[in-house]
Amino acid sequence: MTTTDLPARRATSERLPGAWSLGLHQGALELRQFFRQREQVVFTFAFPIVILFLFASIFSDDVEGAGITASQLYVPAMIAAGIMSTSFQSLGLSIAIERDEKVLRRLRGTPMPPSAYFLGKIWLVLVTGALETVALLVVGTVFYDIELPADAADWLTFGWVFLLGLTGCALLGIAISSVPKSARSASSVVVLPFLVLQFISGVYIAIDTLPGWMLNIGALFPLKWMCQGLRGVFLPESAKILESAGSWEYGRTALVLGAWCIGGLLLCLGTFRWKSRGEG
Amino acid sequence: MTATTGELAVRTRGLRKRYGQLDAVAGVDLSIRSGEVFGLLGPNGAGKSTTVEILQGHRARDAGEVEVLGEDPATATRSWRGKVGIVWQDESAPGELTVRETVRHFSRYYPNPRQPDEVIELVGLAEKAGSRIKALSGGQRRRLDVALGVIGGPELLLLDEPTTGFDPGARRQFWSLIRQLAAEGTTILLTTHYLEEAEALADRLAVIAGGRIAAEGTPAHLRESYSGEATVEWTEPDGSPRSERTTTPTRTVAGLMRRYDGEIPGLRISRPTLEDVYLRLTGQESAR
Repeated sequence: MTTTDLPARRATSERLPGAWSLGLHQGALELRQFFRQREQVVFTFAFPIVILFLFASIFSDDVEGAGITASQLYVPAMIAAGIMSTSFQSLGLSIAIERDEKVLRRLRGTPMPPSAYFLGKIWLVLVTGALETVALLVVGTVFYDIELPADAADWLTFGWVFLLGLTGCALLGIAISSVPKSARSASSVVVLPFLVLQFISGVYIAIDTLPGWMLNIGALFPLKWMCQGLRGVFLPESAKILESAGSWEYGRTALVLGAWCIGGLLLCLGTFRWKSRGEG
Repeated sequence: MTATTGELAVRTRGLRKRYGQLDAVAGVDLSIRSGEVFGLLGPNGAGKSTTVEILQGHRARDAGEVEVLGEDPATATRSWRGKVGIVWQDESAPGELTVRETVRHFSRYYPNPRQPDEVIELVGLAEKAGSRIKALSGGQRRRLDVALGVIGGPELLLLDEPTTGFDPGARRQFWSLIRQLAAEGTTILLTTHYLEEAEALADRLAVIAGGRIAAEGTPAHLRESYSGEATVEWTEPDGSPRSERTTTPTRTVAGLMRRYDGEIPGLRISRPTLEDVYLRLTGQESAR
């Protein structure tokens, strides 16, 4: 249903369009824009796959006493990193660019409810994040002995880790987009913290080899918990002994990811800017 | 508020905005009546854009009263935004979308939008409706900006230097678009540093310089009130040119007639053009 079907302008209705349906349209438009930028599409999807291929091929030995190979460890890790890259990194960069190019200011001049804009971004991230995850799972099952879970409970865990992780990271991405002063500085502002987090959250380096203080810092952010939750879903129970707590800690994972969703939302509401800094 | 407020689309009193040490807007009073085309004319840096940005609700003022369509833009509601169309000085629309997709999408934001295809036609982009925005020329993008500014069927349209960078043909086309919108009853405020544009379009105009309104009125009124002095030029018997600025050129010529028998050599009486008035008001006279 579109409002363009109105027979005449200046019709009697003064009702403003609702945020939810506008958000759906906004999401469709975001996806159309995304998939039309072929380079960006290839890069976004290929990057985690290439990294997975590199690490999982270089480190492929059996992990002692855990009943898995190092390659298998990298699959859930790269899925978590892929979720964060399609949400945190891509939103952090794209919104900073939209702000710099005054796309946001123009939207602010319309009666569009701000929530419609954010809903549109969430649809974009949901679709791209899901596609990224499927691609990595295909690579993981075909090349690196990952088995898809057989029981529904594991799929349920996978579902909430994906949704909470994606949402928390997306909100953090929206929040960090307000930090860089211009689109040009955005990539360093957004990419560096993401890279650091990947190192200290057990994406590139197995958590049992990381110093404790690094793990503790990593544990403050969502990525570490996304990796851990996904290991619980895709690795055999025998791999539990590699975890610092000796278990998958689903409860704590849900708590931290949920807290980031709420905290991230508050952060976005408090800091989001429609104009570049110094534009009044 | 007085009873006249209802007829005013825009009303400011003592509007001020400071950037650091610079008084960008130093006490501007504007009254723009519903349905009129109002030109805000001034050189770069005179305070035009800041004034318009305050009216748009995109910049906070330091002092003064502002009322746009009966509301303070600083605390604008969604329904207010639906009634005010904006065309910025520098714009960008997502390059990967087509003209039609973009205009159609923006129409969804408004309660009573115009027909997207009709608006595309109106700004002269019908042939480019299916093209990606990144493939448009600068002038075509500007027309898209105008299309996005009017798609909501605004009561008030705020245009900040809409024709900067247009070639003369595109400018004429844009003028007829503005006239058409004005004929439909849209109140229009446009800033420009092109005098002929203000003269061609505006029912009334204000000249702004150094953050203040230097003069205000219809173009004809401005020309009359600020061009009282005429210049009388003639040639002396020794061949040297002479000129005199006077408010009584007839008396000067009468005096000359007594000195010369018959024709006064090289006689010329000129009144300042609106451009001369404008340059004098904005302190740019020496630029000529």
